[in-house]
Amino acid sequence: MSAQSVIQLEIVVPNETRYLSLIGNLAEVVAKTLENYTGDREALAYHLNLVLTEAMANAIEHSPPSNNGPMMRVCIYIEGKDLHILVYDQGRGFDLESIPAPDFEALNERGRGIFLIRSLMDDVSYRKTECGNVLEMHKKLG
Amino acid sequence: MQILTDQHEGKTVLRLKEERLDAHNSGDLRDAILKLLEAGTSHLVIDLTDVRFIDSSGLGALLSGYKNASLRSGTFVLAGLQPRVQSMFELTRLHRVFDIYPNVEDALSKA
Repeated sequence: MSAQSVIQLEIVVPNETRYLSLIGNLAEVVAKTLENYTGDREALAYHLNLVLTEAMANAIEHSPPSNNGPMMRVCIYIEGKDLHILVYDQGRGFDLESIPAPDFEALNERGRGIFLIRSLMDDVSYRKTECGNVLEMHKKLG
Repeated sequence: MQILTDQHEGKTVLRLKEERLDAHNSGDLRDAILKLLEAGTSHLVIDLTDVRFIDSSGLGALLSGYKNASLRSGTFVLAGLQPRVQSMFELTRLHRVFDIYPNVEDALSKA
């Protein structure tokens, strides 16, 4: 039985939207270098870029100025066919379960971020930890 | 955000010279579109040829432009969507809202 390869990245960047592209593009590189992935790599790369971008933008938005830590922490962990992405925020937090699916008939300009994350990942949770709130996204790699 | 603006027989083409349309620059796009509409521009074609990534805030900025143009009885159409960008419109059902053309030439002749 061969050992499963593990990739673990921990990234800390300033809590600013200018770093969305850096982290999103890094996730694309991870998707394109995965071993033994048989699915559509280009699609996976785009989707990981998107969910990280959405989660980070959400974390920045939910960190009020008074609590706004100067840095944001993101972890990407892959073991075998399980991919986990964790995005930490220092804000007051929110109730993920209370966020409804968007009303597709209403032309609201906001409210699609969590929907996109839920659509593209297999499991999404949001909880408080000792290191702040964390949005954890899991995907089974086919 | 870098935006090139061209006039074509009463229509204004905005070419977005950015690879990404996300929470970092979507506010700039929203403001630029609103400024044009408030200045009297009423027929807009948004050329997304160079945009290879869009997030929910980018979609929201385009929706804002569409709504503001419609309020002024104007037109607001999209052109040149890359396949992954197009897929985001489909996932959020926004392809049913916008008129989307393969390229600017089609948008100018048919919109």
